[in-house]
Amino acid sequence: MPTPVVRTTVAEAPRTIVPQQQTLVSLRSISKTFSNGTLALKDMSLDIGRGEFLSLLGPSGCGKSTVLRIIAGLGEPTSGTIEWTTAEHDAAGHAHPEIAFVFQEPTLMPWATVFSNVWLPLRLKGESKSSAREEVMEALRMVGLDAFADAYPRELSGGMKMRVSIARALITKPKLLLMDEPFAALDEITRFKLNNDLLELWQTFGWTVIFVTHSVFESVYLSERIVVMAARPGRVFEDLKIDAPYPRGDSFRTSALYNENCRRTSDALHAAMGERPH
Amino acid sequence: MSAIGHENFDRPALATGSTEEEVPLLPPRTSIGESVARIAIPVAMLVLLVVAWQIYVTVAEVPHYILPSPVRIGQAFVTDWPILGKALIITLQTTFLALGIALVSGVALAILMAQSRWIELALFPYAVILQVTPIVAIAPLILIYTSTTGQALLICAWLVAFFPILSNTAQGLHSTDHNLLNLFELYGASRWQTLIHLRLPNALPFFLAGLRIAGGLALIAAVVAEFAAGTAGENAGLAFRLIEAQHRLNIPRLFAALVLLSCTGVAIFGATSLVSYWLLRKWHESAVKREN
Repeated sequence: MPTPVVRTTVAEAPRTIVPQQQTLVSLRSISKTFSNGTLALKDMSLDIGRGEFLSLLGPSGCGKSTVLRIIAGLGEPTSGTIEWTTAEHDAAGHAHPEIAFVFQEPTLMPWATVFSNVWLPLRLKGESKSSAREEVMEALRMVGLDAFADAYPRELSGGMKMRVSIARALITKPKLLLMDEPFAALDEITRFKLNNDLLELWQTFGWTVIFVTHSVFESVYLSERIVVMAARPGRVFEDLKIDAPYPRGDSFRTSALYNENCRRTSDALHAAMGERPH
Repeated sequence: MSAIGHENFDRPALATGSTEEEVPLLPPRTSIGESVARIAIPVAMLVLLVVAWQIYVTVAEVPHYILPSPVRIGQAFVTDWPILGKALIITLQTTFLALGIALVSGVALAILMAQSRWIELALFPYAVILQVTPIVAIAPLILIYTSTTGQALLICAWLVAFFPILSNTAQGLHSTDHNLLNLFELYGASRWQTLIHLRLPNALPFFLAGLRIAGGLALIAAVVAEFAAGTAGENAGLAFRLIEAQHRLNIPRLFAALVLLSCTGVAIFGATSLVSYWLLRKWHESAVKREN
């Protein structure tokens, strides 16, 4: 299990000089046209570094969720390629066992207990309940829900359901965690708490995280790098680096550095939206 | 009906979107007085009706071949039980066999149709045609093609019970959460795994709703088909005994047969509701008691 030190070293190395060594995945001129003719993405290129916490920020309709789905292999790009630089990832762009996806909705099976929901990815790989028990309980402990293993999703609050969803994502020990506005439907108190928990887990496991959000504040708080996207057609508008040390806590939320970065990001977002033809 | 909502669910839901600190609380149990009232009130109502009926028949001296008194119907139950009991078993056999076959074939066809849009396009219209054509109109034809009346009755009851199970299950299989399907795809689930772990559990509430409708319809179709087919002798079901009693002006027996049919219908509905409640009680909104 990589330590936070390893992650920091990787993330802070200058990407521009030796990109091959730490790039996890590269999008090369990705375009996506939906069957109804909508051009969702146009010529999008992006290198995502290993161990990086990257946010895709943009107005609705800028194709940020589409990018995430294409990376996950849930839908082919109309043109362009995705290059996985590490051997563990098959280049076909299909299901990668090392990828985990967290949706905006908790997306739990209502008929299954919390335990069975988290067990699912292992179960699909043929692992029995008894042999998966340790791992499932460990994942639940990570998100603080080990006492709720036998509960059903409908008995949980929105925040707890999202924690189950995260536990299910981390049980496969993913290299890459894709999150599609995971906390957008939660109240602010719960969201702040989950933000902190997510950063902690990221530092523990050394995942690469691609986090889709429409919140400037959330993206600055979490990310090392923010890719601001513009809509119609969806494309990269600006690529911002957030230079602030981890671990970030509540003091960071109120710091001048945070404010400064929020303003910079907000300006970029407004520019991205203002540029849109009406 | 009855079964649903009677029992307390041990763990109440936390409101969606509530904060993390909330801890499940035990809901207050239904008071004993309320439980007693739930049973006592309908029973008292029934007793009241029966007594009023008895008094009316006695006081107004209504002849038993027009409206028999409840006591007289009770007597008919006892004296005619050898005939009625046998007829009841025949009717129950037809109903449950038809329901069983409808259940298996309906679910199997729904799964088959969920596998391919083409199969669905090819088969579903015929299922609809079979459903919308009145069973009484098909019965004479079925009688020609089958060797025994029993088989004909079975086919009629099956045809009627089959469709609600098929259409509901198909609907359930189709209405699977898109994100969950994506998740299964992402984790490399096979078609079979997706069916077993995702599509079928998702279709269960739909299927059970279909089963409750089909249970009642199977009984109705068994009776209607018997009216149309007119079995007699050893294989006579309740419907035939009912018609026969009418012809002989044996109205007490007619009422007794009618009561048996009603009780059978209620029992089937109760049983399917109970199965439905029991299977869904832990997770589905329809079977869960919520406190506001």
